[in-house]
Amino acid sequence: MPTLSEIRDPFPEMDCRPWPRRLIAAPAWRALVEKLAAGELSLLGLWGEAACVHMAVLEPSPYSVVVASLAAEDGGFPSVGRRHPPAIRLERAIHDLFGLRAVDALDDRPWLDHGRWPVRAPLGAKIPALASPPAYAFLPSVGQGLSQIPVGPVHAGIIEPGHFRFTTGGETLVRLEARLGYTHKGVEGLMAGATLDHAAKLAARCSGDSTVAYSLAFAQAVEAAQGLAPPPRAVWIRALMAELERIANHLGDFGAICNDAAFALMLAHCSVLREHVLRACASCFGHRLMMDAIVPGGVRVDGAEHAEIILRGLVATIRLALPQLAALYDNTASLQDRTVGAGILKPELARRFACGGFVGRASGRSFDARRDLAYAPYDKLSFDVPVLQEGDVNARVWIRIREIEQSLCLIDQILTETPSGDSYAETATPQAGEGLAIVEGFRGDILVWTRVGSDGAVERCHLRDPSWFQWPLLEAVVEGNIVADFPLCNKSFNCSYSGHDL
Amino acid sequence: MIGDLSGLVGEFAIQISQMLLVLLLAPLLTGFVRKVKARLLRRRGPPLLQPYWDLAKLARKEAIVAESASWLFRGIPYLVFAMTWVAAALVPTFGTGLLFSWSADLIAIIALLGGARFFLALAGMDVGTSFGGLGSSREMMFATLAEPALIMIVFTLALIAGSTQLSTVAEFMLSPDVGLRISLALALVALVIVALAENARIPVDNPATHLELTMVHEAMVLEYSGRHLAMIDLSAQIKLLLYVSLIACVFAPFGLAPVAASFSAHMFGVVAYVGKLAFAGLMLALFETSVAKMRVFRVPDFIGVALMLGLLATLLRFMSRGF
Repeated sequence: MPTLSEIRDPFPEMDCRPWPRRLIAAPAWRALVEKLAAGELSLLGLWGEAACVHMAVLEPSPYSVVVASLAAEDGGFPSVGRRHPPAIRLERAIHDLFGLRAVDALDDRPWLDHGRWPVRAPLGAKIPALASPPAYAFLPSVGQGLSQIPVGPVHAGIIEPGHFRFTTGGETLVRLEARLGYTHKGVEGLMAGATLDHAAKLAARCSGDSTVAYSLAFAQAVEAAQGLAPPPRAVWIRALMAELERIANHLGDFGAICNDAAFALMLAHCSVLREHVLRACASCFGHRLMMDAIVPGGVRVDGAEHAEIILRGLVATIRLALPQLAALYDNTASLQDRTVGAGILKPELARRFACGGFVGRASGRSFDARRDLAYAPYDKLSFDVPVLQEGDVNARVWIRIREIEQSLCLIDQILTETPSGDSYAETATPQAGEGLAIVEGFRGDILVWTRVGSDGAVERCHLRDPSWFQWPLLEAVVEGNIVADFPLCNKSFNCSYSGHDL
Repeated sequence: MIGDLSGLVGEFAIQISQMLLVLLLAPLLTGFVRKVKARLLRRRGPPLLQPYWDLAKLARKEAIVAESASWLFRGIPYLVFAMTWVAAALVPTFGTGLLFSWSADLIAIIALLGGARFFLALAGMDVGTSFGGLGSSREMMFATLAEPALIMIVFTLALIAGSTQLSTVAEFMLSPDVGLRISLALALVALVIVALAENARIPVDNPATHLELTMVHEAMVLEYSGRHLAMIDLSAQIKLLLYVSLIACVFAPFGLAPVAASFSAHMFGVVAYVGKLAFAGLMLALFETSVAKMRVFRVPDFIGVALMLGLLATLLRFMSRGF
């Protein structure tokens, strides 16, 4: 098998920062796919353009990112998913959006396109839609006494839409297949040609609960593309916001997971704490979720006058309450009975799908973009990345609790070390270029790749949510569990519908 | 007439007022439990009278019936309501002098509730949706253990009090002959477990959940709407009240007006009854707040405990009069 440098070095390097992108040929592409299948590399992203496909892979020890592009011949490219299953849905999405076929693909069903768009391949050839699109064929399950339970896309609770097709034998789950795409908003299409201001707003709205992480990833990608460095103070304030967002979401998840086991007490406690975080964010940064606070060039809000006092108070409040909640969680036998051993994700699957965040880290995959692809200011901060091996619901809860503790430490450090100065720098002369950014959101690593034109508008932008590599694992995790435990497994994953469907 | 509540007319009056009282108080008990639970979670919670408004709203709304539903589906809510209400009418709440009490006993109550459950499960499967079937199968799985447990409890009581008639049992419990008995304690624990399971409370089922896949009772009645749903909801509320009344009547019968007691004794009985309901509601809310829901397959173990306790209590009675 060729080495990675043999795969990429002979090929021309495109102007993509901070990791160069290379235009490679089909044999090198196939060699790359073989390396993915062998587990030597992990897939970070696979996305399309009108006439080519791009793939970002992660090389371990030391971590580095390789971006490769392949020109599509006859509207097709060698399938990645055939040898490396995590790419299957990404390929299906590329086909729906750009009309580029993955040759020899295992699964050629549509993914995002439900047959309700006026055109097919809206970002590519724009073919008129079929008059009567064929019904979506769910994967078959054959066996005696099996029955199907269709759930969604409209659910009884106030959650995002997605369809789940369960095949059960009595109470035992035989197969789960998710069908997503109901919240497709055409973000990539809207991004093309958008001004940076507008594009930043679009990025911030990919997934509302990760708005800071998305804004941060987009801003870093644009800054990389334009060769800009944001003012030092802005970098620190961004990290502050990102950690606050992580704490708020982890607290919300912690309560919600317990609530799905009908332990509403935890949800009540966690909601109070989360509300403290959101209110602190509102008084420091003018918005509860800190939406649109981070933009290319810096941050829009510098932090209110008493921000440091408010945030130190917040950190103290959570530090006091969190151990008590963790003890309550640990000492409630009826709750432990539900979470321990439920929905086990095997470490080899987590590794193969390179799934990030608490899902990966609860199953032994020690990867955190803040540490392993360190971006400022995390290279100057000290923190631990908690990792567990069990991979059950309980482990995913504990990773969240540990991450909240780490985030509190990080906030302490950031508050102490944030330099003074400007927090926003106007772009003098817009420069054309390509940028790639990988940012650790609360769910895992968010990848943003963008190409900015010389007029300062976005030519093309791709945003890859961590959920792309987590949704398929949810289907693997519930196998052998009982139907009634699915909501608990699902909540412990808490994948994004909106960020995934884009 | 008012001063004297003996005789057929008096018993009839008590029976009718008790039936109306049960109907009136049932939504209030549910509202009270919800309110207490909300306060325990530092929420304000819905108004105490919300269940009444909900029932009124549902009764006014259009009832949407699935195309695949048969006449059974439409008729069953009324049948279930009638059976539950009659069963509740047989449990002494504030006075033991109930007219119906002489014609039906505890076994009849179990039969009525079992019948209501059977029809509800039938309705769940009648519509042919996956959730109805899921709920019905789970409900029946729990019922196969809960019903024998209840019968064992009845045997214990009957062996102690010498009758399966609730009025007689209550009067015996009020008398000094009762004393402290282990078998009674076992029966009480068993009855509480059965009551939790039968009323779809945590840890067996979660009455407040929106997660279709975890529901038991709610999944079974998921296809109901409008006035049908109002009937089902009211039946569920009456059933909760019935079980609380049953526990109160057998294990805390103080304040119960005996047969042919005065009007004021009956009024005192009502006050005592409301007090008992409030206490039970409080305990239920506290318990539900402090535990999580069980795994579905763990529930048979839980109800199995009730069955074993009931069995043990009955056996103890056979072995020795003293227990």
